[in-house]
Amino acid sequence: MLRKYNHDGFFDEMMDAEGEIRPHYRQFGALFETLKRDEFEDKRRSVDLAFLRQGITFNVYGDSQGMERIFPFDLIPRIIPAREWEHLERGLVQRITALNLFLRDIYHDQKIVKDGVIPPFYVLSGKHFRREFANFNVPKDIYIHVCGTDLIRGADGAYMVLEDNGRCPSGVSYVLENRRAMKRSFPDLFERIGVRPVDQYPAELLKMLQYIAPAGVPNPTIVLLTPGAANSAYFEHTYLARQMGIEIVEGRDLVVTDSRVYMRTTKGLQAVHVIYRRIDDDFLDPTVFRADSMLGVPGLVHAYRAGHVSLANSIGTGIADDKVMYYFVPRMIKYYLGEEPILANVPTYLASEESDKKYILENLPKLVVKAANESGGYGMLMGPKASAKEIEFFRERIQADPRNYIAQPMIALSRHPTHVESDLFEGRHIDLRPYIICGEKTTIVPGGLTRVALRAGSLVVNSSQGGGSKDTWVLYGDE
Amino acid sequence: MNNMLSRVANCLYWMSRYIERAENIARMVDVNLQLLLDYRDLNDESLLDHWMPVVQSNGEEEAFLRLHKKATGRTVTEFLVFQLENPNSIVSSIVQARENARMVRDQITMEYWEELNRLYLFVRSPEARKVWRQSPSEFFQQIKEASLHLVGIGYATILHNEGWWFSQAGKFIERADKTSRILDVRYESLPERGVPKSVSQTEALGWQAILRSCSAWDAYKSLHGAEVHPRLVADFLLFNEDFPRSARFCVGELNAALRHISGVPSGRFCNDAEKLAGRLEAELQFSTVDEIFEQGLHGYLDQFQTRLNNVGNALFDAYIFQEFSNEGAEMMIQQEEQQQQRKEAS
Repeated sequence: MLRKYNHDGFFDEMMDAEGEIRPHYRQFGALFETLKRDEFEDKRRSVDLAFLRQGITFNVYGDSQGMERIFPFDLIPRIIPAREWEHLERGLVQRITALNLFLRDIYHDQKIVKDGVIPPFYVLSGKHFRREFANFNVPKDIYIHVCGTDLIRGADGAYMVLEDNGRCPSGVSYVLENRRAMKRSFPDLFERIGVRPVDQYPAELLKMLQYIAPAGVPNPTIVLLTPGAANSAYFEHTYLARQMGIEIVEGRDLVVTDSRVYMRTTKGLQAVHVIYRRIDDDFLDPTVFRADSMLGVPGLVHAYRAGHVSLANSIGTGIADDKVMYYFVPRMIKYYLGEEPILANVPTYLASEESDKKYILENLPKLVVKAANESGGYGMLMGPKASAKEIEFFRERIQADPRNYIAQPMIALSRHPTHVESDLFEGRHIDLRPYIICGEKTTIVPGGLTRVALRAGSLVVNSSQGGGSKDTWVLYGDE
Repeated sequence: MNNMLSRVANCLYWMSRYIERAENIARMVDVNLQLLLDYRDLNDESLLDHWMPVVQSNGEEEAFLRLHKKATGRTVTEFLVFQLENPNSIVSSIVQARENARMVRDQITMEYWEELNRLYLFVRSPEARKVWRQSPSEFFQQIKEASLHLVGIGYATILHNEGWWFSQAGKFIERADKTSRILDVRYESLPERGVPKSVSQTEALGWQAILRSCSAWDAYKSLHGAEVHPRLVADFLLFNEDFPRSARFCVGELNAALRHISGVPSGRFCNDAEKLAGRLEAELQFSTVDEIFEQGLHGYLDQFQTRLNNVGNALFDAYIFQEFSNEGAEMMIQQEEQQQQRKEAS
């Protein structure tokens, strides 16, 4: 079915420049070739139907219908050979280690600033720098417990880090559900090809949450705090809670008395010790952050400060997600670990540096401009695809608030054969979000979420903007 | 072992209650549509007489008149079946049942969730309207079947723990309420007090339809033969001990569910819900249908619904809505402000 496939000069995950299948795709390719067109179509339909029936859906904000949609799933897996994965794993562990050291440092002695590695202005002006948590000791010194780092590959196939998501990264439920769907569709492939499993993720997550429990609590009560059923990731919240066998709570289920957190049960109040929160800092506690938050728990921060409850992720990690801070991560790695970064950043220009700003403003039609604290594909200018009006709009924004903007060259993301219609497969741009858990040790579930921009030529993989996903296979070997 | 979150208990209660509601509205509209097939010479006047009580029996008259000028077969069925503006229409009930289920997805099984989600996807699809247009009866059949499947799937797959008993309480409170409302549909044909002496052929068909809509026709026949009399119908639907949709049976199950939740044996109580449900059950056990007719069936049913409501409210007060002192959010804000000032000063 892949005979008409054209890789168009992009880096293709499956085919090399000569149109030959890469070694780690050969086994899959051979088995896939034996599949008939209607067999493929049947599998595709039954997977979609299963997702819909199971309610594996997300809500799109601003959709007045209020209907959930399934996250489109592409049946052709993205395959990563062992050697490549182990390289990624080393790079990601290095990066998260440096980020946690950085957070510990800037909320305490701020040595990295004092030593002139990062200008103090950038840290102090960070929208998500929580100065009220200076000198606060988080349990086990772990700030980012769960990280979803976005990786991309450019024209030469080298992996680069696009961003670190150290607040409440979502999507891991799709990793697990995609795998289940693939196992149902191709039950015999996995063992034959030797694909590393992913279903240990909930157990690893639970282990981490137990590890960070306040000292002296032998059987901690752990809960997952969700903003509620209207949140786009609600399916994931219930899914993870169910897999871990912990309670899923909303802010209104919790109450703080005497600096301790309790949940309201039918038999009265029950103490809570660890909260895996899927609510941003701003909404956690209306007495400290946004007073208009209806999602949070009044007094929660107070209990957190008193050490009676642990939070994952810690408060204040948002500064590490600041796209200006991203620029400095390679320096953090050198500063804290004395190592060269294993995974490179995408070349980045800071609008608040005069020479960079000049370059950015002169080259807007060639660059991707990003607001420092937006995510989900919002607040972004894709220069080469933007209208003159959009470019002018961003030019003004950058001049008005340079601290809040960075620019990067447009990266020709790698592409992957993707089903388009009936028996037509075309290259579509993809990225990769591995999920890193930092507890007693740092673990990464093999692979992660491969997101794919389903619209031809599109580079935006976000689910809110026409993205889909693929199962990601990490092989035990290299072929 | 964790206790059950109050919100979760509440969701389970309403999930079952809404499913039961959808099923019973399907039963009620179905039987009324079928009844019409048995009447001849229908004019607008008699149609209005026919449909308005159906709307009234659900206590929705005001909401209905806000949306529709006239009670016709089309407007009433649209209102009771599809209209999302009616919070108690079949589709609204299913949407809400599923919304509640979504919030307690960890408490129910995959099988249960998928069946409920399937029902939801069906009623929200164009297919539902199509089935409805071709055969309303077939449509109601599908709603009833899905609800009954859910009863079976729940019984056979969900842990019968505390949450289960909350969902049972919701189911049986709703079923008792709806059985009483279905029984009330023909009250205008009854004398205000006392048992009617004779029943016309058409009337008898009306009462038979009531039995059918409760899946009670066969069970009734095995007890009383094919003779249909309002007195016997009321006796059966209110007081039969073994029929799973009778008021007595439902209140018995409701009471049992409450006692499973608290662990308090019958004959005693530890909260108002148990007290009220226990009393209601005892009264159903020790009443006769002639007394009820003497007092007037309609008035009795009205009271019965109010008392069920009171049990529901007492249950909410006992387990769901608990006022906890919040240590004064004011005080915490102050402390937090002081903290921040200290930090900034340092």
